[in-house]
Amino acid sequence: MSDEHKHGLGKIKDKVATALGKSPPPLLEIRDLVVEFEVQGKPVPAVRGANLTVYPGQTVAIVGESGSGKSTTAAAVMGLLQGTGRVASGQIVFDGQDLSKASEKDFQKIRGSGIGLVPQDPNTNLNPLWRVGFQIRETLKANNAEEGDAKKRAIALLAEAGMKDPDKRVNQYPHEFSGGMKQRALIAIGLACRPKLLIADEPTSALDVTVQRQILDHLDTLTTDLGTAVLLITHDLGLAAERASHLVVMYKGRVVESGPALEILQDPQHEYTKRLVAAAPSLSARRAETPSVAAAVTDVKEAAVEAETVRDELRDAASTGPAEVVVASNLVKDFPIRGSLPFQSSDFRAVDDVSFTMLRGTTTAVVGESGSGKSTVARMVLGLLEPTSGTVEFDGKDVTTIRGPEAKEFRRRVQPVFQNPYGSLDPMYSIYRAITEPLVVHGIGDKASRVDRAKELLEMVALPVDTMHRYPNELSGGQRQRVAIARALALNPEVIVLDEAVSALDVLVQAQILTLLEGLQNELGLTYLFITHDLAVVKQIAHQTLVMAGGKVMEQGPTDRVYDNPTSDYTRKLIDAIPGGSIELAG
Amino acid sequence: MPDNHTYPGQERFVAAADDVVVGAIDAVDQDAEPTGFWKTAWLQLKVRPLFWVCVALLALILLIVLFPSVFAFGKDPHYATLERSMLPVSGEHWFGTDMQGHDIYARTIYGARASVIVGVLTTAAVVVIGGLLGATAGFFGGWLDSLIARLSDVFFGVPLMLAAVVVMQMVTSRTVYSVVLVLAIFSWPQIARIARSAAISIRNEEYIDASKSLGASKVRTLFTHVIPNCLGPVIVVATVALGVFIVTEATLSYLGIGLPESSISWGMDIASGQPRLREGSPILFFPAGALALTVLTFMMLGDVLSDALDPKARKR
Amino acid sequence: MARYLLSRLGQLVIVFFGATLLIYALVFLVPADPIAALGGDRKLPPEIVEGLRAQYHLDQPFLVQYWYYIKGVFSLDFGTSFSGQPVWDVMKRAFPVTVNLALIALAVETILGIFFGVLAGLKKGKLFDTSILFVSLIIIAVPIFVLGFVAQFVFGIKLEWFPVTVGGNLDFYHLLLPGIVLGLVSFAYVVRLTRSQVSQNLTADYVRTATAKGLPRSRVVLVHVLRNSLIPVVTFLGADIGALMGGALVTEGIFNIPGVGGTIYQAIIRGEAATVVSFVTVLIVIYLICNVVVDLLYAALDPRIRYA
Repeated sequence: MSDEHKHGLGKIKDKVATALGKSPPPLLEIRDLVVEFEVQGKPVPAVRGANLTVYPGQTVAIVGESGSGKSTTAAAVMGLLQGTGRVASGQIVFDGQDLSKASEKDFQKIRGSGIGLVPQDPNTNLNPLWRVGFQIRETLKANNAEEGDAKKRAIALLAEAGMKDPDKRVNQYPHEFSGGMKQRALIAIGLACRPKLLIADEPTSALDVTVQRQILDHLDTLTTDLGTAVLLITHDLGLAAERASHLVVMYKGRVVESGPALEILQDPQHEYTKRLVAAAPSLSARRAETPSVAAAVTDVKEAAVEAETVRDELRDAASTGPAEVVVASNLVKDFPIRGSLPFQSSDFRAVDDVSFTMLRGTTTAVVGESGSGKSTVARMVLGLLEPTSGTVEFDGKDVTTIRGPEAKEFRRRVQPVFQNPYGSLDPMYSIYRAITEPLVVHGIGDKASRVDRAKELLEMVALPVDTMHRYPNELSGGQRQRVAIARALALNPEVIVLDEAVSALDVLVQAQILTLLEGLQNELGLTYLFITHDLAVVKQIAHQTLVMAGGKVMEQGPTDRVYDNPTSDYTRKLIDAIPGGSIELAG
Repeated sequence: MPDNHTYPGQERFVAAADDVVVGAIDAVDQDAEPTGFWKTAWLQLKVRPLFWVCVALLALILLIVLFPSVFAFGKDPHYATLERSMLPVSGEHWFGTDMQGHDIYARTIYGARASVIVGVLTTAAVVVIGGLLGATAGFFGGWLDSLIARLSDVFFGVPLMLAAVVVMQMVTSRTVYSVVLVLAIFSWPQIARIARSAAISIRNEEYIDASKSLGASKVRTLFTHVIPNCLGPVIVVATVALGVFIVTEATLSYLGIGLPESSISWGMDIASGQPRLREGSPILFFPAGALALTVLTFMMLGDVLSDALDPKARKR
Repeated sequence: MARYLLSRLGQLVIVFFGATLLIYALVFLVPADPIAALGGDRKLPPEIVEGLRAQYHLDQPFLVQYWYYIKGVFSLDFGTSFSGQPVWDVMKRAFPVTVNLALIALAVETILGIFFGVLAGLKKGKLFDTSILFVSLIIIAVPIFVLGFVAQFVFGIKLEWFPVTVGGNLDFYHLLLPGIVLGLVSFAYVVRLTRSQVSQNLTADYVRTATAKGLPRSRVVLVHVLRNSLIPVVTFLGADIGALMGGALVTEGIFNIPGVGGTIYQAIIRGEAATVVSFVTVLIVIYLICNVVVDLLYAALDPRIRYA
């Protein structure tokens, strides 16, 4: 009897059982699970008493921020805890078998055929040295699921996962695939042996939002057809609500709330869940704050009020001057690409005729997926990259061609905040040195005045003053971004360019930083250029929006108009692709 | 697909408020002590017993190099009379005497000087030259990188031992400094290679872009940001290289083309001790043992440091 | 791929000329009178001095001299040694011996090095791993002339398992002990490199995915960890061949092997600069060729380079 056949019968059995008023036995039951890691000789719990149930054919989502224990729970189910992790107590019952005390051999039997995995990062989860087809056939062989020609089966599996030209692709290497294609290959591998349960660990968070939607839709259809249960791990509440019938919210290793997905979204009960729902950009497409987020974030606002003198200085610097702060006209950037022979190169047009005007005290957002050219535009505005043609006018002067001391002066007025909180600060520099480096480079003030300035800047971003003695490795991602913002403010700039500045942060921290930025803009009259791939975030903070794809501007105009009445098909596609965007919330 | 039926075990559950305390978002832990890169490395190192063993040995070696007369108990390593020739190990001569009548224990103690000084000076030269050139090549890229890379390939292409042999033969007056020079000239590419790859991975980091956006010149960024971050991997390779330089100097002395006869070197003592092994006298093991111990100390130190200073292991 | 090869070949040419120029300069420029260096300590009669001047074009500018030398290299004319033999003949005798020696060393370091390295990497932190690390450190720390001498003494003289010296017997059995000694230090490096690669790759994401597929551990290690770990090791081994041949100097001395190292050493003592420079030039060429072979191997093993 083939696996599909078995699943099909199983589904009929479940339906009959339900009709008779009896529920089918749960496929996976996690009871009071405690998982510990050893840190410097002492056990540290990562999961403290988690409870979870998954029924056959059902999709259950675990939602949480980083450090919530969601990925660790999933890893424990498959016996894939890395390093010193171990199950300290509790039970993991899968299909009648308790896995909490299972041996490696027991796990090996279950992996692949009983439980499948679709891991998170498509770029590191495929062995770069073996062909994709080989890696698929491997799993078939290991689980004795080879029926007939394994090669043909691999092609069929790839086609099933939505890969185009599967017969060509099956013989290629992972680096020849795009991110979305690699993820499809991983899905093919995960489902190859028709497991009863598929664990999908953030399966699309590394992908563009339109690709995300395609892949998740596909996965939905597949698992429904096959009757596979899915345990979906994600940080995105909207995505979880869209795809799962049952939701489990985790915080600091514990389950804080669980139940039917829509119920939780429309009526969150626990404090933490309320915060998540309020802060999720896709769900709260409003620019006003809701009370619960504001409450959690008042400490930020209060601290900002205290730094009086600095605020005045900054406000004067930022708000005096012409209304049109930055005017970008017909920007074009070409990059040469090396051909296979020397002297053979063609041009790749990363930015194609982009123009916009930034008004003082407002936020201009540039939205696009990867490869759209948005970061290149930001770098040209910052003066880090010279345009192939076109101009960037700042205060009436074309800054793309200035050099020397004029350029240095320009730099004072336009400052960046970059994406990666773990790379934007020099690990060797204390926070004090990092924040005051701009002052040192421009020869401003002496040691004493710089210390004062550092204190004031830290207060503006709601960080305690003694943080300046610390080093980046002691701070979290959100804290580092706040330091980066403080550094950007050090020279009294007029414009701040934020290149995906909040994309790498957890949802609640993201909301906190956005509120901080908004507050600073209102107090000081700063002008922002906000680069992001997240259309939902844009609705919250930007006055005008540009939508880019393939180097060209697809649409631009006031944010509300772009969002509510998009003229371009591409924009419409982007809006539709927002996970959870279609869910109706109460109030 | 969403299903309206609620199964057992999946009813609505809300954790009690005091069960799970929801903290302030993203607050800084003010009780923890501030630690930077070096301090964190130090904390990791000081709990490893191997680290302290190396430090103790290193201290001993340095003391011997600086105050050999104390450790040799006043014995003169240059003094030799044929009456004392080829004496075995005894209370008077702990390691016996050699063919000319030198006290081998004294020679072993004084021999540390040459080896360690050559090792330290060569390493210092190589780290400075190789580190600077490598970091510059990696950071600036382009034609500068190609130039420095070709240059280092050229020196790499000549086997160290051979080059040293050729040059030492040609040099008229051989001193410690000529040995250091020869070794340094042909070994800097090794360090340059490490510094270059470190610089290449650093130049893509966003804090370098941030530095540029501040208005800092590229040269300033090189010295204030790139080079300090290259130090970690360079230090690790440098400690191992130190050991290798000491061995190389000993080999050159063994071949008779290292340090001049007038200075004391373990290599020379080992060479003169070899024929005596055949006669059953183990005196060659004393300078050999001292040499091995010294080199081992530096190499173990390198191993221990590499764990603490490895940048990959330190990213959160 | 074609671009990669072409640029590598271009680099090769530059390095060849650079390195040979360097050696030539070192030998001929450093001493005040090249003829004196050529003659060693002996005072040469005037006719010989004249002949040498003509032969080495010493009345011409340095670069012209170098040019003549390079031309000679390409026509395999390396000049004559003091004993009257063409250097080319001397090379024909010496090189094959050293090549055999180097091959034995290479076999030892490859097979044993990878074997122990993999085991140590798999059992990281345990006793086996720590002892392997320690042994490898000792091998590197103790100079080769001590190791070789002691090996010769223990295995040759005392235990009589191997012949003590080689001399004219160039068969495999005679070269075995010296080959092992020569390969010891490289063996230590290979063990350490393999070990660190294996232990690093064990925690790679794709290894986790492979385990999640239900593959038995042995297959995960063999198919996924090993192949990925060996690439840097192979590159090291390839580059090591050139180093082995150049570094056989001491080993050949201890075991009295008439190979490249021994010949160079004798030539240096006698002050025969021409012989020295010629041999070193050939060694450089071998080293460069090995580098290119290693690069090709790298491309063959890593599809990312092949299909870039």
